[in-house]
Amino acid sequence: MAFLEIIGLRKRFASMEILKGIDITLEKGGFLVLVGPSGCGKSTLLNTIAGLETISEGEIRVEGRAINNLHPSKRDIAMVFQSYALYPNMTVAQNIAFALEMRGVPKAEREAAVAEAARTLQIGHLLKRKPSQLSGGQRQRVAMGRALVRNPRIFLFDEPLSNLDAKLRVDMRVEIKRLHQATRATIVYVTHDQIEAMTLATKIAVLKEGEIQQVGTPYEIYNRPANLFVADFMGSPAMNLMDAVVAAGSGRTEIRLTREGGEIRLPIPSSVTADGLGEGRKVVLGIRPEAITDRNGADRTSKAIEIVEAQVDVVEPAGSDTFVVTRLAGKEVTARMPADADVRAGARVPFAFNLDKALLFDPATGLRL
Amino acid sequence: MTIAATRSEPFAVGRPGLVERLQVALPKLVLAPSFAAILLFVYGFILWTLYLSFTNSRMMPVYELIGFDAYRKLWAQPSWYTALQNLAIFGSLYIGLCIVLGLLLAIFLDQKIRGEGVLRPIYLYPMALSFIVTGTAWKWFLNPGLGLEKTMHAWGWTSFHFDWLVNPQMAIYTVVIAGVWQASGFVMAMFLAGLRGIDGEIIKAAQIDGAPAWQLYRRIIIPMLRPVFLSAFVVLAHLTIKSYDLVIALTNAGPGGASQLPSTFMYSFTFTRNQMAVGSASAIMMLMTIVAIMVPYLYSELREKGR
Amino acid sequence: MTSLASVAAPAGPVGGSRLGKILVYGVLLLFALFFLLPLFVMIVTSFKTLDEIRDGNMLALPVAPTIEPWIKAWGEACIGLTCAGIKGYFWNSIKMVVPAVAISTMLGALNGYVLTKWRFAGHKLVFGLMLFACFIPFQSVLIPMARILGLLGLANGTPGLVLVHVVYGLGFTTLFFRNYYEAFPSELIKAAQIDGAGFFQIFWRIILPSSGPIIVVTVIFQFTNIWNDFLFGSSFASGESAPMTVALNNLVATSTGVREYNVDMAAAMFAAIPTLLVYVLAGRYFVRGLMAGAVKG
Repeated sequence: MAFLEIIGLRKRFASMEILKGIDITLEKGGFLVLVGPSGCGKSTLLNTIAGLETISEGEIRVEGRAINNLHPSKRDIAMVFQSYALYPNMTVAQNIAFALEMRGVPKAEREAAVAEAARTLQIGHLLKRKPSQLSGGQRQRVAMGRALVRNPRIFLFDEPLSNLDAKLRVDMRVEIKRLHQATRATIVYVTHDQIEAMTLATKIAVLKEGEIQQVGTPYEIYNRPANLFVADFMGSPAMNLMDAVVAAGSGRTEIRLTREGGEIRLPIPSSVTADGLGEGRKVVLGIRPEAITDRNGADRTSKAIEIVEAQVDVVEPAGSDTFVVTRLAGKEVTARMPADADVRAGARVPFAFNLDKALLFDPATGLRL
Repeated sequence: MTIAATRSEPFAVGRPGLVERLQVALPKLVLAPSFAAILLFVYGFILWTLYLSFTNSRMMPVYELIGFDAYRKLWAQPSWYTALQNLAIFGSLYIGLCIVLGLLLAIFLDQKIRGEGVLRPIYLYPMALSFIVTGTAWKWFLNPGLGLEKTMHAWGWTSFHFDWLVNPQMAIYTVVIAGVWQASGFVMAMFLAGLRGIDGEIIKAAQIDGAPAWQLYRRIIIPMLRPVFLSAFVVLAHLTIKSYDLVIALTNAGPGGASQLPSTFMYSFTFTRNQMAVGSASAIMMLMTIVAIMVPYLYSELREKGR
Repeated sequence: MTSLASVAAPAGPVGGSRLGKILVYGVLLLFALFFLLPLFVMIVTSFKTLDEIRDGNMLALPVAPTIEPWIKAWGEACIGLTCAGIKGYFWNSIKMVVPAVAISTMLGALNGYVLTKWRFAGHKLVFGLMLFACFIPFQSVLIPMARILGLLGLANGTPGLVLVHVVYGLGFTTLFFRNYYEAFPSELIKAAQIDGAGFFQIFWRIILPSSGPIIVVTVIFQFTNIWNDFLFGSSFASGESAPMTVALNNLVATSTGVREYNVDMAAAMFAAIPTLLVYVLAGRYFVRGLMAGAVKG
């Protein structure tokens, strides 16, 4: 049985519906990441789990028991906030112990629990300081300590890393992952950063405008996106999406892309589209930058490598890779080539498309075919 | 994703028992006494005063409505016209001079002045004083026999003549002097805060564009202080209409009622001349003037803040 | 607004030339004199004998300084029919100010807390009505207030004035705390709720310990306003129970006998010293209070 179940959850503010029927389940010890652009309702969803906001319809269950009518303090959850929400007038130790104090835990026990949490997070030397005397990363650790000490059934994280600088963010991400692996805690985590979602989650839910677009493992979300929105949102640089038309092939599907001064035809492996698509049907071809490389970089195991010659628009060396931008079907197309690839803007070079990795979408519904 | 997060709603409580219901109602219960007090003592009392202004109350309130009689009496009083005329003179000079002086001092103080830390508190301290103290001090300072006039004579300017305090034509202007003395430092502080709030890069940009100093102020900085002008105007207008203590202490509305203001008019008609209905009517007129100034201002301020 | 003292001035373009600098300093110093003069005259006069006042120059320093006027103002001067100085009235003011400031500040803090962190439908209307109460001319509530205080048996004394000042100060104290708590992160309240703290626990343990500056601002603002009040004092307390400002005005306005200007000035100084002291000690907070009462946000 699922540990956390969200069933048909709706949330309305006045006449606006912010969450439009959310259904998600999470197993014990799972790490669910809610991801989506600003205003998609992911933080509201987290707040309803916490009990900080009421719900209009539906149910939230933990271990089979409905909790949506309980006060936040009775739900046995802990939350780490974006701003860390450390009480400015209390020391680090007092901050961590506050929830235990409110629950009437004896002082000696509290101190032991604080010491334990401080050891796990290596913040023992900070216990006597005030939050204002801490760096961003230290505050983040204290906020996690405050959650950890409670040993709650579910941890909630509300964009906990978004106030950190880039390097620290990567460090803390690893830290959170390590913590999850060590404690096997059940976690619901909100972020707008798709890399955080990919690296941390055991399960990702992509939200847009209050609706779930797809729930799945990071692998599924990345490689089998349910629709154009998910395909476009997850991954950096974003997936290349090109308008194309199905052309009848001899026994296999081929698609046609327009380009400057003509068109190109690309065969689509049967692994990509199960059902035969009618000739002349409009589709959107999706292919990730790493599936377009130079000839040497192409995946040798793939049987569906197609070489397309095209003129290079822009070259962006990124250190470990070089991103090469060209134009196809009226869109910018980014390819990911090895760092030492010898390409210059303006030159015509061969691009190797790995069509095993290609995806087709219906332009009308946005769904993957 | 902080749009929804700024709201902290009361949370749901399932099948609320008495304790839980009390918990949910607690914030409102805490606020209720204050709000009730304000409803009664402010809005209830205003309605009461309004009611009285339609009666024939004299020394004691009576509750028989007789219509607009008190207002007719009010507007037939020559001293009410004196009060309004004085309000116009005092108000325009007080507001105008305070704003001009305040802006001038703020701009001058903003020139990286050495000793700004000493000057600023000197300009502002009168605001900490009671109007009664201010009035007492200025009354002495402007005393025709022993004050400024005598000092000037002692210094050899024997033709110097200054009797505004006892001159019915000029008495209201002494109130202006004392009022400006008291409040212009405060207006200076408002403008100074406004000046310091202006983005330094805009000023740098204008300087690079080659704007000379006076152009910089005339074309860029002073227009950017518009909100401060508005605030200063509203605050000073509000102080003008409420002004009471200063006139009492300085001229006691005299000589012969010559420096009467609506506030002193209201007080004397209500409590010394036993014309409570007329006094109420004048209070309602004052209130309506304030409402006309404050309500649009507060409305726009609250709307802006409410996003 | 807090930056008033700390932010460095931007470019100072007026006084580019030497002449400009002289002009700027000249004007600033002139006005400093203008602002200081009345206080200076008040102080020197309060240390002069009556003879010296009559014969000498108002601006001159006392030839033979005497504290006699101060002693007389404090304990002997005649106000109305009694000649016991202003000391009784001074204590009246203290007895009025302390509870009125304490109560109105406490209620303001709670109101501000509710209006920002425990919002309910209609919170804006409630706040709007409380805010507007700051700005009404008190003349429009004077007559009913007098009647009600009479009915409550508080018509002539300090408890009545405390009630009046609390009620009419609530708008300001609520405004101050509301604006301060508006900027207080709501996430802290949520965190505390999850941690299991209730309404009052959050207030005492988290909100109030972080409210130091705004409490100082509010207390100073209320202290100055209530100490300096004249209208309510003169309307609702007369004779022996009058506050300081009313007594001072009576003393100065008394027309019988010889005018003792030096005693008047000493009495005025007694009325001015408490607020001046607050201003000198905590001027920064005083200015913040004035600004917060004037420019919201």
